[in-house]
Amino acid sequence: MFRSHILVCGGTGCTSGNSMKIYDALVARIQKEGLENEVHVTKTGCFGLCALGPIMIVYPEGAFYSQVKLEDVDEIIDEHIIKGRIVTRLLYKETVGEDGNIKALNDTNFYKKQHRVALRNCGVINPEKIEEYIAYDGYEALGKVLTEMTPQDVIDVISKSGLRGRGGAGFPTGRKWQFAKNSVGDKKYVCCNADEGDPGAFMDRSILEGDPHAVIEAMAIAAYAIGADQGYIYVRAEYPIAVQRLTIAIKQAREYGLLGKDIFGTGFNFDLDIRLGAGAFVCGEETALMTSIEGHRGEPRPRPPFPAVKGLFGKPTILNNVETYANVPQIILKGADWFASMGTEKSRGTKVFALGGKIHNTGLVEIPMGTTMREIIYDIGGGCPNGKKFKAAQTGGPSGGCIPAHLIDTPIDYDNLIAIGSMMGSGGLIVMDEDNCMVDIAKFFLEFTVDESCGKCTACRIGTKRLYEMLCKVTDGTATMEDLDKMEELCYYIKENSLCGLGQTAPNPVLSTLHYFRDEYEAHVKEKRCPAGVCKKLLRYQIVADKCKGCTLCARNCPVGAISGTVKEPHVIDTDKCIKCGVCMEKCRFGAVIKA
Amino acid sequence: MKSLEELKALRDKMRSQTDNRAVAGSDETVIKVGMATCGIAAGARPVLTALLDEAEKRQLHNVSISQTGCIGLCRLEPIVEVFKGGQKYTYVLMTPDKAKKVMAEHVVNGNPVKEYLIGEN
Repeated sequence: MFRSHILVCGGTGCTSGNSMKIYDALVARIQKEGLENEVHVTKTGCFGLCALGPIMIVYPEGAFYSQVKLEDVDEIIDEHIIKGRIVTRLLYKETVGEDGNIKALNDTNFYKKQHRVALRNCGVINPEKIEEYIAYDGYEALGKVLTEMTPQDVIDVISKSGLRGRGGAGFPTGRKWQFAKNSVGDKKYVCCNADEGDPGAFMDRSILEGDPHAVIEAMAIAAYAIGADQGYIYVRAEYPIAVQRLTIAIKQAREYGLLGKDIFGTGFNFDLDIRLGAGAFVCGEETALMTSIEGHRGEPRPRPPFPAVKGLFGKPTILNNVETYANVPQIILKGADWFASMGTEKSRGTKVFALGGKIHNTGLVEIPMGTTMREIIYDIGGGCPNGKKFKAAQTGGPSGGCIPAHLIDTPIDYDNLIAIGSMMGSGGLIVMDEDNCMVDIAKFFLEFTVDESCGKCTACRIGTKRLYEMLCKVTDGTATMEDLDKMEELCYYIKENSLCGLGQTAPNPVLSTLHYFRDEYEAHVKEKRCPAGVCKKLLRYQIVADKCKGCTLCARNCPVGAISGTVKEPHVIDTDKCIKCGVCMEKCRFGAVIKA
Repeated sequence: MKSLEELKALRDKMRSQTDNRAVAGSDETVIKVGMATCGIAAGARPVLTALLDEAEKRQLHNVSISQTGCIGLCRLEPIVEVFKGGQKYTYVLMTPDKAKKVMAEHVVNGNPVKEYLIGEN
């Protein structure tokens, strides 16, 4: 037993903030002081509050240190670990109560409304030690399944829990497993889709980095349920930490006999391999993913036959998302009713969202389904920084849509999001404020899909390209009102005629912004004006003569020499020379430069 | 690993490694060892180690053991405070052996060891 635990976040966010060097320094200091039998330093997965990284927590006090620097290590050891005095200046402000005492982390606004199921071990255990996973009931669900349940029992529990696919489409997991179980085949496969490609989504990465064994255990459970003995995790090569921890986890599970032959002495065999994706967005689509595992170019194929009938190498296969799997061991251990008690009628359980964009608490949150967008953005996320007004939230990445401010009280679940023209997607949630131009946002996502379209079907390959060109016309101010109608028509054409999910959902960002923010499109077309002041071609910087003191600061900073004027006289911007970089506006101390 | 029993045995063993990795709940016994300069000089570290070892040996998972600073009674160090059942008990002039006895009789069996309490000697 240790008297104190120091947990250092080893997620990608904090690692890029140098948290591993902090970890090394802590270990070195603890050894130097001879405290290694009393104090345990652990690196863990993501705590979720990435905005404040590097993060560390010291237990049993529960002191949550944020934005820790390498130089702070000595102070933390000297004061907190040796003398028992918490270093208040480094504490996350939210955790310090009015009386000066530390509040439990779960009482802070960021964590209060969260309910961690898929992320339960992230930020708690060391993902590189299987023993710590086991200490938190790891592999017990697998043991229970193999010794007490039939494969049909397992599928019944998963079906009854109401778990739906967390990758975005929301297909009932139990039903998928049932199809695969019912399919006849001499060999079956279990696959995990860890090809998280949506810009702004990083929950799958965090689960793999923070709790890789949960996914491995769940895949073994799924294999038992459908009668498979081989699994593949398809993970992007751009996630080096996740790949490394998965590799370690698989090796440790094999050493303990939790993967391999005759698991728990029950005669059940299951092994697992990693396949690295090269970062093509389309490989997150199930048929393309399996084609890629087979060693071919990652292109989708028409369905049916569905993977449950004819999947990887032509054999019955199930493919689930990382987050879906992370829920499975908990459902087996705590029961279907426990899981079904969370969430809404048709969307049970919790969902992890990656908060990004114009929001205070950038990071990872897990909330029960049915929580409103308002609670996520204001209560948990802390609202938009700098007092800006919330304009819209984008969910579902390039396949999703924008949710405007007046729908902020919609309870989030699969069906509600589709009803308002967006989708759950993998759970990226990008917040936009009044400074974001909605046409520009649509253009951003479409540019992404144009790049990522695999080119197999015409509707997607050429359709998205033409749609992108039309959007460029809008942002350049050369579009007509007819173009807007044509755009809408093309959107529906692409949706109806594309082969796979990529093309079928690619126009969503355009359709939803056209629907909710048509006034912004019209301002671009009719008035040749970008209301948010983003689209450069429609921008014009001006100096208000009354406010200008003639300090020459703007003229000195203008990179193209477009500003002229004499000292103490109002300056003028030459709009022909101006490249609209905005430096003059930033530098002006009198607010004399305006966008028009 | 060839059986569920083996897994459970490993889980229980590992739990003591991860105990104390949470803020103590209201049903937990909290033990604090005074470890300022005076406490350490008087021999608080072996007392703390004895408490930790004993908790591990007895597989006590509802106990939180940590250190605290000086409470101002330096002549009675090492001091160990036990918070149990909403009450605070202050043990003074502790030794590793006394600490083991407190663990066994007070923390496990619920009978405070009167003769080590402050005011009793």
